[in-house]
Amino acid sequence: MIETLETSLEMIPEVILILIKIVLIVVPIMLSVAYLTLAERKVIGYIQVRIGPNRVGPRGLLQPIADGLKLLLKEIIVPTNANRFLFVIAPILALAPALAAWAVVPFSDGMVLADIDAGILYILALTSMSVYGIIISGWASNSKYAFLGALRSAAQVVSYEIAMGFALVGVLLAAGSMNLSQVVLAQQGSILHWFWLPLLPLFLVYFISGVAETNRAPFDVAEGESEIVAGFHVEYSGMTFALFFLAEYANMILVAILAALMFCGGWLSPFQGIPLLEPLFAWVPGLVWVLAKTSFFLFLFLWFRATFPRYRYDQIMRLGWKVFIPITIVWLLVVGAAVLANLGPWFD
Amino acid sequence: MSIESIIFYVFAAILVGSAGAVITVRNPVHAVLFLVLAFFTSAALWIMLEAEFLAITLVLVYVGAVMVLFLFVVMMLDINLVPLREGFMRFLPVGIVVALIMFVEMAMVVGAKHFGVDHYGAGIKHAADYSNTKELGNVLYTVYVYPFEIAAAILLVAIIAAIALTMRRRPQTKYQDPAAQVLVKRGDRVRMIKMASERKNTAGE
Repeated sequence: MIETLETSLEMIPEVILILIKIVLIVVPIMLSVAYLTLAERKVIGYIQVRIGPNRVGPRGLLQPIADGLKLLLKEIIVPTNANRFLFVIAPILALAPALAAWAVVPFSDGMVLADIDAGILYILALTSMSVYGIIISGWASNSKYAFLGALRSAAQVVSYEIAMGFALVGVLLAAGSMNLSQVVLAQQGSILHWFWLPLLPLFLVYFISGVAETNRAPFDVAEGESEIVAGFHVEYSGMTFALFFLAEYANMILVAILAALMFCGGWLSPFQGIPLLEPLFAWVPGLVWVLAKTSFFLFLFLWFRATFPRYRYDQIMRLGWKVFIPITIVWLLVVGAAVLANLGPWFD
Repeated sequence: MSIESIIFYVFAAILVGSAGAVITVRNPVHAVLFLVLAFFTSAALWIMLEAEFLAITLVLVYVGAVMVLFLFVVMMLDINLVPLREGFMRFLPVGIVVALIMFVEMAMVVGAKHFGVDHYGAGIKHAADYSNTKELGNVLYTVYVYPFEIAAAILLVAIIAAIALTMRRRPQTKYQDPAAQVLVKRGDRVRMIKMASERKNTAGE
């Protein structure tokens, strides 16, 4: 017993270190989520020739804080005959996998909480779990619209997960590893060595599936306001609604950073291999490149939302099953042959 | 008791509790959710056995896909529980006998006699650079490559059979053909007519 206590006492500094790392990851994510909502409103505003929020703080910069406070103070209403326990636990089930997936995301060389070998698989498993929050919220609300939204969302997420999984199989085939850090290091060389080029169809399929997985426009039929009000979270208010919101945006950032890591060289400088520019930009830390690439993909999310009309539901299903899955299977064969033939400059 | 065994017993207790709840709770949706919890905690136990690949695959396949579809179906069913519970007491003795027989059979087949520690030895702790994924891949694609491929072929046959059984042509339904929709030209839908402009009738004519 005393030995156990001693060993557990020895583990305490390690545990505290891990906790500090978790806080260092989660707090910036939460802040990014807050300011992503502001960026979304501003970007869409300018695309639609409006100004967007500009009243709270200088240039509207405190708007997300005000929104957060408002949601925090609002009353949480539980509908009659709703399943109370599941109703409250659903938003937590939506947010937890969205945050847990960040454990294996490397932000720079060695800057990763858990450097595990099955990283890609782990992310796929956790993102597939986030659908439970949506289904359970729709069912526990005891409301028609919420239930319809939940069913739509579940069918959509399960369908696009397959295409996304195949796209990731292509990445691990090309990189020869499921460890995300190894995937980035396998892309070393120049901007043309990054996997976006040899895996271009898989890259497009991955990103579009990512948009569909996060239930964002133009695939946001799960909360299509013109048809089913707000979908699965129609009965939620206050902080419970805010958790769904946080989960959606945290998932968006996750999809964006994964696209940056797996297809666009992660923390590698885009000027690598270019004679004059490479030494000029050598001082820039890798973290900056990751964040810049992630921001670009996040901008694409907002741009899509401002540009495309919502897909019809049967067209979403057709795109997922009849277009994306065949494309990924064909390109997997191509990548397999290229890896086998040591096709340069990517796979030699 | 070391920390590891404390964690093990916590997960094992949750696993056994949720597995029991699957068959005892009244609400079918709750039963499915307890099954999800059971899968999840058994994945956690597998991770403690350093089998992270299998654990993550369990979560990915069963929790992430199979149970979602299960939940989907159970939520849409309108199950009336009263007729299901009729005759519970009447069939209880038979049920207990069958359960006991099954328990004894399973204890004989997978009990400690065949799978005990003295047959396989205590688990070996691997170093930090041990990759379960790599080890599994090595064995799967070398020693067991034929069983693996045969299993894959059988699954493929099952998929094709399921699709062939459910696919039928129904000419009366109005399918939309997206390929035809995309190929539509303006000339197929709109006819432009050239005609002289009409004169305005003057009043009193």
